[in-house]
Amino acid sequence: MNHWIIQLLTANLTLTVNSIAFGGLLFLLSAGFSLIFGLMRIPNLMHGSFFMLGAYFGVTLLNLPAFLGDGDFRLGAYFGETGRALGAALLAIASNFWVAALASAAAMALIGAGIERFLLRRLAGEHLAQVLLTLGLSFIISDLCLMIWTGDPWQPTAPAELRGAVRAGTMIFPLYRLAVVAIAVVVAAALWVMVDWTRLGAMIRAGVDDAPIARVVGIRVSRLFTLVFALGAALAAFAGVVGAPILSVYPGLDGDMLPLALIVVILGGTGSLPGALAGSFLMGFLYNFGQAKFPDLAYVILFLPMVLVLVLRPQGLFGKGGS
Amino acid sequence: MKIGLAPYGALGLAFLTLAMLPWWAGNSYYIDLASQILLFAIFALALNVLVGYGGLVSIGHAGLFAVSGYTAALMLQAGYGHAAAVGAAVLATLTASAVFAVLALRATGIGFLMITLALGQILWGIAYRWAALTGGDNGVNIAARPVPFGISLADAPSFYYYATLAVFVVALAAMAAFERSPFGASLRGTRDQARRMTALGYNVWLIRFLAFLFSGFWCSVAGLLYVYNKLFISPQVAGLQASAEVLLMVISGGTATLLGPVAGAALVISVKYSLNVAAEALTVVLSALAMYLLGPSLGADVAIVVKGALNAVATRWNLVLGVVFVTIIILMPEGLVPGSIRLWRTASQRLAASRVGKIRPGAQP
Repeated sequence: MNHWIIQLLTANLTLTVNSIAFGGLLFLLSAGFSLIFGLMRIPNLMHGSFFMLGAYFGVTLLNLPAFLGDGDFRLGAYFGETGRALGAALLAIASNFWVAALASAAAMALIGAGIERFLLRRLAGEHLAQVLLTLGLSFIISDLCLMIWTGDPWQPTAPAELRGAVRAGTMIFPLYRLAVVAIAVVVAAALWVMVDWTRLGAMIRAGVDDAPIARVVGIRVSRLFTLVFALGAALAAFAGVVGAPILSVYPGLDGDMLPLALIVVILGGTGSLPGALAGSFLMGFLYNFGQAKFPDLAYVILFLPMVLVLVLRPQGLFGKGGS
Repeated sequence: MKIGLAPYGALGLAFLTLAMLPWWAGNSYYIDLASQILLFAIFALALNVLVGYGGLVSIGHAGLFAVSGYTAALMLQAGYGHAAAVGAAVLATLTASAVFAVLALRATGIGFLMITLALGQILWGIAYRWAALTGGDNGVNIAARPVPFGISLADAPSFYYYATLAVFVVALAAMAAFERSPFGASLRGTRDQARRMTALGYNVWLIRFLAFLFSGFWCSVAGLLYVYNKLFISPQVAGLQASAEVLLMVISGGTATLLGPVAGAALVISVKYSLNVAAEALTVVLSALAMYLLGPSLGADVAIVVKGALNAVATRWNLVLGVVFVTIIILMPEGLVPGSIRLWRTASQRLAASRVGKIRPGAQP
């Protein structure tokens, strides 16, 4: 147990826990990015925007009671006592943290499907144009968010049942961060089951491996594109809401998260979920330890592994050879 | 011969107009705007070498631009002279370009794009976070502009404009020479038929590498002009957004053309700096139109809404940038100038076809 890495980790236990939690969050963000990249062969440069927009949707739902006022809810004026009670009940449901996260994910799935169907689809086959399109859309989304939600950061509190900390001997772990890791593990398991054990997953894998042949055997790859794009957008939005109590939501969050997703997927190999999982936790550690130990060179530490992998092993650490 | 002379006449006329600009523009604001357009045109021309002629889309060029500007600014701040600062800036940018090229040219297409993106973000990260070296978010100020041949560029904006114009003309001439040279032809060859070029005995990698250095050199020139224009540089110029803006200049004007990037730079910079002017003018026009079409009472309401919407958009450069980007990519992938000509031709042909149809309704196709 005298290895220097173990010493470094035990000496910085808080940082280690933060790194693992951040890695879990990164996995939620990058899993969809990886599938989109693997299937459609383009890095979706608005994935960070999905994360941020999803987080903004989430905080808006969470703040709905504060915006509308609990006691004097307007529906009451129109529909009487029953309406007021119904409205209050609906509001309570919508402003539940997990409902807000799922609703935000659902909304973003619709938006993602729309963007794929009506914009990206028009440029089918032109990969560079598609990348540039996603870049342009990311500018639009970031400015619209600034317009609607202003420049102030929003930081929702963690759901009531997950506030506080767990003690283990002399060490204290924030409960919410542990919950984020648990969520990431559950989502990873669900995605693994979907991709490896279902018919849909088999079709996605076929599309990732060889889209033209998948078409030939009768898989409607274009429909898969829409589905995977919507799924990726939904996961990013869900990650945004789950991450909001830790990271808060602010203008520029998209630009902070997108490069991380990009690095994770480059490290792990495009289209590979185990790769995305390993890459996420690796980046979680590099990001947190880099920021804490070498703040001047934090971004160099982040991007250098990506450059090295792109140059030396373009298929990613876990990607299949050839491609 | 007749046709051959016309472009030169147009070019001479354009140059005369540019040379006379300080007289007819009047306001020093517009002279400064023109300087910025010219220096960003050089930047866009530099990127166009790779994007247009080489088929290599880089989203990290703002990093090279920033290397040049930062090197010069830091050298000046450390007390070196202008000649040393300029020389060091060009050398540093060429070195950075060589490193970029060696790493990024392992791939083409999306891979090239992502490696340049990562490298650009590294340079941005250094500018932004390594505060001990680069001043971090506060940037670097420099004291004064150089005095070439005893001409002070400090006082009137027009002198600086002329210096920029002179460099721009040299850059344009260099690009024209490059386009016609065997080297330019072989670079286009690597873009269109890399395998055949290899089979013909060309060293595709070396051609691309040299093109990258050529591009990097003009990036460093543009970066120097920028830092001497603003007398200030900050991490903003190194970021992904800056790289995307210059890429938009190249794509919007039309890639692999000599004047496309110049037109793109003019469009992007003038929209960026005079968006509020344009929005005000549009507000006046639309309000008058609404009053005329909808009557005074409803028209006034509509005018208020229009004014509010345009006011909101006027400060939203990013939004406009994104919309222009998306529109160009979806509707005119070949660039704004060729795209507009194509759309105009299609429209007028359709119009002509429908007229023919009206004259001879019974005609069989």
